Amino acid sequence: MQDTSGQGQNSQQHPTDTTGVGAAADHTSNRLPELSGNGSFGRPTPRHDGTLKVTGQARYAADHPIRRVVHAVAIQSTIANGRVKNIDASAAEKAPGFLAILHHGKAPKLYRPSNDFMSATKPGEIRVVFEDDRVYYAGQYIALVVAETLQQANYAASLVKIEYDFLHPVIDTDQAMNTVYDPEQFFGEKLTAQRGDPDGSYAAAAVKHEATYSTPLEHHNPMEPSASMAEWNGDELTLYETTQWVVGARNTVAETLGVPQEKVHIVSPFIGGGFGCKGFIWPHSVLSAIASRQVGRPVKLNLTRKQMFSACGHRSETRQKVRLGAAADGKLTSIFHDTLVQTSPVDEFIESCGTTTEMLYSCPNVGIAHHAVRVNIATPTPMRAPGENPGTYALESALDELAYKLKIDPVELRIRNHADTNEHTKQPWSSKYLKDCYRMAAEKFGWSKRNPEPRSMRDGKLLVGWGMATATYPGMRNPGAAKVRILQDGSATVVSATQDMGGGTYTTMVQVVSDALGIPVERIQSTLGDSMLPPAPVSGGSMTTASVLPAIRKACEQALTKLVQTAIGDENSPMHGKKEDEITAQNGRVFVKGSSPSSGNTYAEVLASKKMAAVEGEGFLQPGEERKKYAFQSFGAQFVEVKIDPEIARARVTRVVSAFDVGKVVNPTTARSQGYSGIIMGIGMALMEHTIYDDRDGSIVNSNLADYAVPVNADVPDLEVLFVDKPDPYIDDQGIGARGIGEITITGVAAAVANAVYHATGQRIRDLPITPDKLLQV
Amino acid sequence: MDSPGWNRRSFLKAAAAAGAAAAMPDIAVPEPQVKPDVPASSQSIRLKVNGTSRQLNVDTRATLLDTLREQMGMAGTKKGCDHGQCGACTVHVNGRRINSCLTFAVMHDGDEITTIEGLADAGQLSPMQAAFVEHDAFQCGYCTPGQIMSATALLREPVGNTDDDLREAMSGNICRCGAYPNILAAIKSVRSQHS
Repeated sequence: MQDTSGQGQNSQQHPTDTTGVGAAADHTSNRLPELSGNGSFGRPTPRHDGTLKVTGQARYAADHPIRRVVHAVAIQSTIANGRVKNIDASAAEKAPGFLAILHHGKAPKLYRPSNDFMSATKPGEIRVVFEDDRVYYAGQYIALVVAETLQQANYAASLVKIEYDFLHPVIDTDQAMNTVYDPEQFFGEKLTAQRGDPDGSYAAAAVKHEATYSTPLEHHNPMEPSASMAEWNGDELTLYETTQWVVGARNTVAETLGVPQEKVHIVSPFIGGGFGCKGFIWPHSVLSAIASRQVGRPVKLNLTRKQMFSACGHRSETRQKVRLGAAADGKLTSIFHDTLVQTSPVDEFIESCGTTTEMLYSCPNVGIAHHAVRVNIATPTPMRAPGENPGTYALESALDELAYKLKIDPVELRIRNHADTNEHTKQPWSSKYLKDCYRMAAEKFGWSKRNPEPRSMRDGKLLVGWGMATATYPGMRNPGAAKVRILQDGSATVVSATQDMGGGTYTTMVQVVSDALGIPVERIQSTLGDSMLPPAPVSGGSMTTASVLPAIRKACEQALTKLVQTAIGDENSPMHGKKEDEITAQNGRVFVKGSSPSSGNTYAEVLASKKMAAVEGEGFLQPGEERKKYAFQSFGAQFVEVKIDPEIARARVTRVVSAFDVGKVVNPTTARSQGYSGIIMGIGMALMEHTIYDDRDGSIVNSNLADYAVPVNADVPDLEVLFVDKPDPYIDDQGIGARGIGEITITGVAAAVANAVYHATGQRIRDLPITPDKLLQV
Repeated sequence: MDSPGWNRRSFLKAAAAAGAAAAMPDIAVPEPQVKPDVPASSQSIRLKVNGTSRQLNVDTRATLLDTLREQMGMAGTKKGCDHGQCGACTVHVNGRRINSCLTFAVMHDGDEITTIEGLADAGQLSPMQAAFVEHDAFQCGYCTPGQIMSATALLREPVGNTDDDLREAMSGNICRCGAYPNILAAIKSVRSQHS
């Protein structure tokens, strides 16, 4: 193991910051106590919603008790290309309990939404459901049947006869090369870019490596299938949803229905996992709404597991050609990363594998390119670290291969090519402790005991392999708003139209308020997942923490200021007539600076004296100039041990140690769980997950949880998750200092597993997942 | 699908009657109303759910899961796959864990059902529920009712003491958020209190 101690510290110096203080200094002027670590902020804090979840009281989309609700069942296309020739519902209409059928020939007028991410109108697919008789992929919605009970709806749906005009679908990328094109950008990022001379430098490189890596089509498979329950009250619609974006759902559904946003109310207090497939807005949210309007009753539409494989997106397969050139000392001289993905005939989503490659390592000559083909498969969508995750699989596998050619330790190779600045954007990092991540994880893992020779390490008859890879994900932030109320009983509430998919937002919201106002976490109630609350961004892109928590702290400051003003204006208050800046707060009391806290009043006393129910503060913050000055990026290191039984060619992950630099860790308890979560999903990606299509008709062969294997408890060994836990000084001006954590934890895992498999066996599998058949073939 | 001499209706009728006779002889089961040309039929059954007996008229096609959720208004038990592949719907039937999506309600006349709503005692979390909170053994919480029902039943099962034994015994319950290490820790902590 290389000694990297001390080197990581260098990375916190920022060439352009000559003042020595960053944006963080701004928050010292406010009234709130510093986030010094004396309170719950930064300390392990049990989930605020824990009791609700362990008692079955947490209400997910299909759980809300709605009187007179009836049930809808979706009918999906069994062909992948063609037209609907005829829909015969005559038998269904006679079935017991039947209420309605909707399809392209029998549906209200719907409108294409503006499809603009920044204005929070982003359908999963721009083609509107039931738009016409065309079929573009298997699993496309053809009709919706509504009946009194679920059993009756299922039976009635089974009686609907659909005739198609069948056209041969194109499923395989090789068959679709006549449609290949170069997409320009992905959410504002250019997908073709170059610096220096990647070709010339590669030709001249002392050591070269070139290979193609492929990842399969994958599905998110959250445990909760998507569901939507619609209830109209006059012209006002309430949708009980499971969405990562309540504001986006409101806007997109409203535009699709052609009604004002104000008439649509999205309720989604709990989300049974999403991982991206509940981010954009998919047709089921509109289907329940039009069905409910049709039958004049609340309608519940709960997708089946099988339907989830075509109804809310997936990760495209990827084919990635990576070309690396290096000097004999390991210094990278050329990187080229060329990605080919699939998108659908009806919309575009590009798995942007190359964008991370532009900046992950220091290299003067870098090129990236992306190409896409259109196949008769539903539109892909973000899935946990879209782009970064398959992209780091390819790049980090290629680096491992290069390390063997160079005979340089893979950790050392990465340190030699450490990017001290973002060479793509030419910005300094806001903060970067990647070398610390390598050191922390390597030491804990025992990397120094690794014999780099493939097949050199054994555990009895098992082959042992150790592999590692770098993890990375951007430190995104979007505008976010929140309100905080201090109530007359001295408790507080905090609300924001954000979401908690399980990452722990309910809890971190409370932690921030607790520390800002000096109120115990037990006396603070957080509310989210409701489109009527102050707007917040999609819970995607790992941006919730950085977007919402600073706004909450700002709202706390305003609420406290109002409380202080109330005390000053109260003739009966010991603070009457003082100036605002003469008053301070501590542990739920306000008092004159320099005097004993007991000389002042509790929050409750201040409000009671003025007969007020509450004071409320609002916070709205958005990223600003700091985004022009600094590159915000999280980093990490994944170290994996695999053991392989050579007799049955089965690889199992037996140990993982990971370290992440995600800025400040707000709640170590939920952060560690996020770490486990990404690593385990990464193990699934590496060894199991693969959606298989039948090329003949475009149907999915394994659209269930027995045949689409995901990790179960027995697949998961002891995991260790470490955090650098140093605040990002520039990401917000409220001293929170946290970047998101939900996605970085999966990046690099598949590469680390593949690299460990090579170390164990001497076999380089460049096509995920690494299943026994592939290990046997080599 | 129906054959002339023996069909699903007559089978269920006979099976239900036999079950009722054996388990609860003192309860008169009303003759189900079967309309000959309608494939659905309903059946009156008695379920004891979380200690409370309820007489229900159930659609014979309704799973125990859908009956709990849609008919009895107990949404704590979750539907993850409806195929017995994920374990989110795990409940206890007469003390043993079962996937409630893989069994029809009509098959459980007279049975005692325990769901996640029935574990806490007068607001006091059961030891397993408390351990799940303490060890952060969930994220999104959707698989959690099933995980806890499985883990609670497991305490009464002849499962070995190694971590791998417990992992194997909990592998019928998928957690896509990957809370497995914490689920293991929670179960171990309760088991150590038990022994």
